[in-house]
Amino acid sequence: MAILEILKYPDPRLKQESVEVETFDDELQRFLDDLEETMGDGPGAVGIAAPQVGRFERIAIVDVSSKPKLLNHGRMFLINPEIVEWDGLAVGREGCLSVPDYTGNVVRAERIKLRYRDRDGNEIEIETEGYEARAVQHEMDHLDGMLFVDRVVSRRHDLFRRKHYKQPGER
Amino acid sequence: MQHWYMLTLVGHDQPGIVARVTDALFKAGANLGEASMMRLGGEFTIMLRARYDEGVDGLREHLAPVANAMGLHLHVDVCDGEPQGQAEPNVRISVSGADRPGIVSEVTGALAEAGFNILELESDVAGSDASPIYLIHIEGEARQGEEALEAALAPLREKGIDVSMQAIDIMVG
Repeated sequence: MAILEILKYPDPRLKQESVEVETFDDELQRFLDDLEETMGDGPGAVGIAAPQVGRFERIAIVDVSSKPKLLNHGRMFLINPEIVEWDGLAVGREGCLSVPDYTGNVVRAERIKLRYRDRDGNEIEIETEGYEARAVQHEMDHLDGMLFVDRVVSRRHDLFRRKHYKQPGER
Repeated sequence: MQHWYMLTLVGHDQPGIVARVTDALFKAGANLGEASMMRLGGEFTIMLRARYDEGVDGLREHLAPVANAMGLHLHVDVCDGEPQGQAEPNVRISVSGADRPGIVSEVTGALAEAGFNILELESDVAGSDASPIYLIHIEGEARQGEEALEAALAPLREKGIDVSMQAIDIMVG
């Protein structure tokens, strides 16, 4: 096992799109162990994606079981993950191992149905919501070369937007 | 001696204020930190931190031509503290209700009483002219815990103010 180096923004490699995993071999297992150890080394991280350590394959780990009050599916090794359904929007604050010393509010789907392969290549489908769903979406963004800083919103304008409805007779 | 300064600039809104102010700072050799800039009413307001080597008088001198040309009030204070590693909010509070005198002081008074430290507050007036509503979004630190805060907010709800509180659980991934 080894702790891998985490790429830090503005490293242009973080913007790279990752490719699907084709083979579930021993080398993949060793990488997953290293990725897991690297996540554990980060300060309070509940997820990590392979591109954050410079491997551009669609692989992520999410584990929010450190928040026992919240819905969680334990430690999930997400390989070739896909969101097949989503519902609702929620705002939450996010930070990232690749963007130290910054947090920001991001809008994510509240509930998702997720399809992925586990570390042995078995197809899994789960439904999750809230904090865990947020973590999954944050990690999946990395696989598409997207960082949460690209999605940060201002409460003033995005969450409680002042709408002007036309009054009767108004043109 | 190198210091961080807090620059406050306020003036009638027009295109180019930010460009000209930051250009003057760049040419003065200042390094910009965090900023909050927005239009309130017809005025454009800038609160901006900048690091500068040559003292407050030098900074004022570099900014004076732009401030005069664009009609901006300028105020400069020393404001040390690195931009990184600042306090993070752990609670978000949203308030809305019919606009009436005293709503902000009632809400923030209750929050202060319960040990809440405001890190950020944004408010807006919406609704129609005949029945305006007041909206407040606050983020801050609940220093005496969320239960104390919840207890402090209950009396406000009885007065018809719609207050919701949400823990901010930062997701790091």
